This record gives sequence, C-alpha cells and structure tokens, in this order.
Amino acid sequence: MAIATRSKERVPRSRAPRSTSRATHSLIPGSKSGSFWFYLLPGLSLLTLIIVVPLLWNVYLTFTSYRGIRPPEFIGLENWVELFGDTTFWTSFRNSVAMIIAMVVVPTVVGLVLAAMLFDLIGRKFGGRVASFLRATYYLPQILPGVIAAIVIGWILRPENGALNQVLAAVGLGNLQGNWLGDPATALPSIMVIMVWVQLGYPVVIFMAALQRVDPELYEAAELDGANWFQRFRAITVSIIRPEIFVVTLTCAIAALKVFGPIYALTGGGPGTSTIVPAYYAYSEFFQSQQVGYGATIATALTVVIAVVSIIFVLVQTRLERSEEAR
Amino acid sequence: MAVPTLTAQEAVQEPPRQRRRSGRARKTAGDWLILAVAVLIGLLIAVPFLLILANSFKSPTDYASGGPLSLPTALYFDGITAFWERVDFPRKLWNSFFISSVVAVLAVGISMFNAFALGIGRVRGRTWLVLLILLANMLPQEVLLYPLYFMFRQVGLYDSVWAVIIIFTVIQSAFGTYLLASVYGTFPKELLEAASLDGASRWQILWRVIFPISRPTLSVLLIFFFIWTWNEFLIPLTFLVGNDNQTVPVAITVLQGDRLMDVTTTSASALLGLLPTLIFFLIFQRTLTRGITAGAVK
Repeated sequence: MAIATRSKERVPRSRAPRSTSRATHSLIPGSKSGSFWFYLLPGLSLLTLIIVVPLLWNVYLTFTSYRGIRPPEFIGLENWVELFGDTTFWTSFRNSVAMIIAMVVVPTVVGLVLAAMLFDLIGRKFGGRVASFLRATYYLPQILPGVIAAIVIGWILRPENGALNQVLAAVGLGNLQGNWLGDPATALPSIMVIMVWVQLGYPVVIFMAALQRVDPELYEAAELDGANWFQRFRAITVSIIRPEIFVVTLTCAIAALKVFGPIYALTGGGPGTSTIVPAYYAYSEFFQSQQVGYGATIATALTVVIAVVSIIFVLVQTRLERSEEAR
Repeated sequence: MAVPTLTAQEAVQEPPRQRRRSGRARKTAGDWLILAVAVLIGLLIAVPFLLILANSFKSPTDYASGGPLSLPTALYFDGITAFWERVDFPRKLWNSFFISSVVAVLAVGISMFNAFALGIGRVRGRTWLVLLILLANMLPQEVLLYPLYFMFRQVGLYDSVWAVIIIFTVIQSAFGTYLLASVYGTFPKELLEAASLDGASRWQILWRVIFPISRPTLSVLLIFFFIWTWNEFLIPLTFLVGNDNQTVPVAITVLQGDRLMDVTTTSASALLGLLPTLIFFLIFQRTLTRGITAGAVK
C-alpha cells in the first residue's frame, strides 16, 4: 500500500492550489480550512459558557462596588486606582517572582539535568529499570492531592515535635530549629522548597520521554570525539528536546503565577503578608472580606499578566516552529 | 557547537571504539557517585510519603511516646477504619472516580476535535484560537466561582457532580488542545493524502487515521486529566456542598477541623487519599512514557 500511495501522492499536491485558489489549506488535500470550523463548535461553545462569560462578568465587576448581596454599584475606575496604590498587591506580585523561581526556573533546570543524568548515565550503565524506578519516585509528589501534601508538610514543619525540628535536634543542630511557616523570615523560603519538591517530577517525566527521540549513537559519537558529559548535554540534549522545554516552561509559569492551593492550605498568605500571592489575595477579598469588586480587580489584573506572558511564549514558539519547518 | 563535529573518518578509528566497549561494562567510581546522588534525591523526595506510611498504622499513644519519626511498635488499623467509616469512604471514592473518568474521556474528545480543526484543518487565526482556548488554563479559578455559582443555580446544576464535570472538561481540554494541536500540526501528510485519495471523508480520516495513530498521546492526556481532576480542590469544594457528592480530597480537608481527628487518623486519611492515584499511576506508568515517545510532545 505504501508504494501505491507514494506514486499517486504528487498529483493532489500540485492540483490543490488551483482548485481552492484563495482559501487557506488544511493538511488534507481538497479540504478547505473553513470547513473545519464545525469541529470547533463543541469546544468553543463550552469555553464561552464556562470561561468567557465568567471572565467578562469579572471585568464588569472591577468597575463596581459589590459585596455579594445587594446588586453591584458602578464606581468607575476606583478599584483600579486603589489597586495600583495597594502595597499588598505589589507584595503579592513580588512573591510571584519567588514562585516562578521555585516552580519554573529551578524545576526546569534541575529537571533537565536529572532527566539527562537518568537517561544518559544511569539508564545506560545501571539499566532502564533503575532509571524508571527513580523517575517514578521523583514524580510521586505530582500525584499527591495538594491538600493531603499540605497536611503532611504541615506536620513536618510544625514547630513543636515536627519531624524536621526533631531531625535537627537529633543530629546536634538544635539551634537551627524554627517555626518554619510561622516566622516571616523562613515562611517564603519554606514554601519555595515545598514547591520545588512538588514540581520537580513533572519536567523529569516529560524530558525523559522526549529524550527517547534522541538517537543513542549521537551520544556515542560525541563521546568518541571526546566531548564530556556537559558538552553532550548542551549540544545534543537541550537542542533536541527544545519543544518540550517550551511546553514545560509555559505550563509551569502559568501554574506559578496562579498558585493558590499550597498557600491556602499552609500559610493563608501569612505571617502578615509574607507569603501572599495574587490568587490568594483575590480569594481573600472575594470570600473573606466580601469585597467582590476589588477581588475581581485583583483576579483580572492577574489574568492579564498571565495572558501577556502566555501570548509572548506562544508567539515565540510558533515563530521557532515555522523557521524550523522552513529549513 | 561546543561538541566537536564527528567526521566519518574519526568514527572508524580503532582505539576509541575499544575504550567505549570497556567503558560500558565497567562502572567507574564517578558513575556510582552519580547513582548515589540520584538515589539520595529520590529518598528526600519520598520522605513525606514514608512518614505517612509509618504514622498511619500507629495508635495515638504510640505516636505520643515515639513522635512522628519512629516506626510503629504494633500495627494499628483503627485509624484507617475510623476514617473509612466516618466519611463513608467508598462513596467518596466512587464520586472522585466517576468525576475524574468522565472528565478525562470528555476532555480528550474535545481536545481531539479542537486539535483536528486547528492542527490538521489549519483554520484561520489558529494561533489566536489556541490562545483563547488556553484562557481556560490561565484564569485563576477564583474568577469562576461567583459567576458559575449563579449560572449553575439557574439551571439547577448546583451541588451536582455534573457542574464539576463540565467545568473541568473545559479546563483540562485547554491543555489538551494546546498539546495535540502542535502534535497534529506535524502529522505525516502522506497518510492524510492517501486516505483522502481513497475517498475517506474528514470524519472517517479523523477516526480511522488520526485517532489510531495519535492514540498513545491521547492516552497520556487521559491519564494526566484523570489525576489532575482527582486532585482538584477549590471548585469541588465550592460546587459540591452535599455530603453525598463530595470528592476524596474535599472529604479529607473538611475533616481536618474536626476535634475528634487525632494525628494518626489524619495520617490514615492522607494514606487513603493518595493510594488511589498512586495505584492508578503505577498501572499506567508505562503508557505514560511510551505514549509521549510515540506521539512526541512537539
């Protein structure tokens, strides 16, 4: 069958441009792109109902004072003016930078090194079983429901008889004991360590799968040429799995900007505002202070930031993909 | 780049080839060191899980005397049974399982339709459509709570598992569309051309050519969606207020405020809460790696 199709294959390709003069082309010969809209109907109509309408509703609420009971009262740009002068809001975005370091930068870089290490060294020298067992271990925190993770972490970091303080005492470092989540100086760093722990397995799994595309002979050839491990890593590993690096970085960046669960479960943004993040700040305005209009303003500002980051990402990615196709 | 380019001449040189062969069999001290580091990282990551395991089978008095780090002196199952009965665990398990499975199947279906139009159909403005769809992933979930609460109230779906199913189908399929659309964008043209020459309609091409070939990627999405939906918290907490509709994570959290919950029961609840996804993950681990490889997350 393969032979038969190959001989016919050129015919439609050369004829297609004439028959569908101006319309854009699908990958299926003779099918105009426009006729594929039908397949987008279920997805786009659900999206409109569940996402677009609530989003527009929120944008409307940002121009109102609304406490959840009496109908929203239009107040113009008051919420937005307040937002830009709100130090808590700026603190929350500063903490977002910490979350990006803990959930994007560190996991991607360390995950890349770990994946290459497992695949290139451990997998080859000690067998694939050892490598996939370790990979599964790294992935464990990802399958743990966030609230359960919070319960356990809460115990480990608890000031009295928490596991971490006990271990410190046992090895003679008792003076390092602390109220990890209750002290403003250590709360944010503790959360960052926890987020690295949660996120690390995700890039490792994706990158290791991607690495299987790499021809092992490429590594052997480079090794023969005297390239050391780091050189092989940079020139072969990183360049071949670049698409996955994009997917991982973007999805992690979105997750980091809208992180909510761990903060809600572990610190509630405190002590003070030392671990507050935009999503939690919006939540507390929505449901604790009942300042729905202001909560909507924070949430909308956050959405705009996330959208801008994502748009830049996707546009760069598309451009790279196109330039690769052209090659 | 940094790596010297390989010429055919160098590749056939004898001495290095021998060195390679012996290097493969022999493990150097450095290799063992790297293995040790990798295992150590694994252990550090696993510590919280080992703690859950150790404390779930302790009696409260055992915990009081030995603290969280000791091994249980005797196996004690009352914590687990107490939690099991108190929350009517089988019921919660079924709710979580039902919601997560239906979401996984529906979201994969919608992702596939979307990606068919965007990746294969190349409809106009597809980059912007992908971004619009990705909005579902980008929105902080708090944004959805008030409006959807009113909307689901209106249509009588408040406190129904279907409200949660519909919401997560949309949210998960955003990621699926993003990933699948780029996979389909690189779909082998020859296959599509052959199928269309054979007279297959678009619908037939989707189900007879594209679906079987991308099945590994689809099953990876299915597994991701199942686990992600299972672990969701805020939306199920808001929309499933009735005891009969609650999911496992919600049931566990709601109990945390309960004065009758001692530490070992809490630990037992954590163990029961993580076991289902753990088992699910172990069963499908292989599919996960094989799937991404075959489909290539492009």
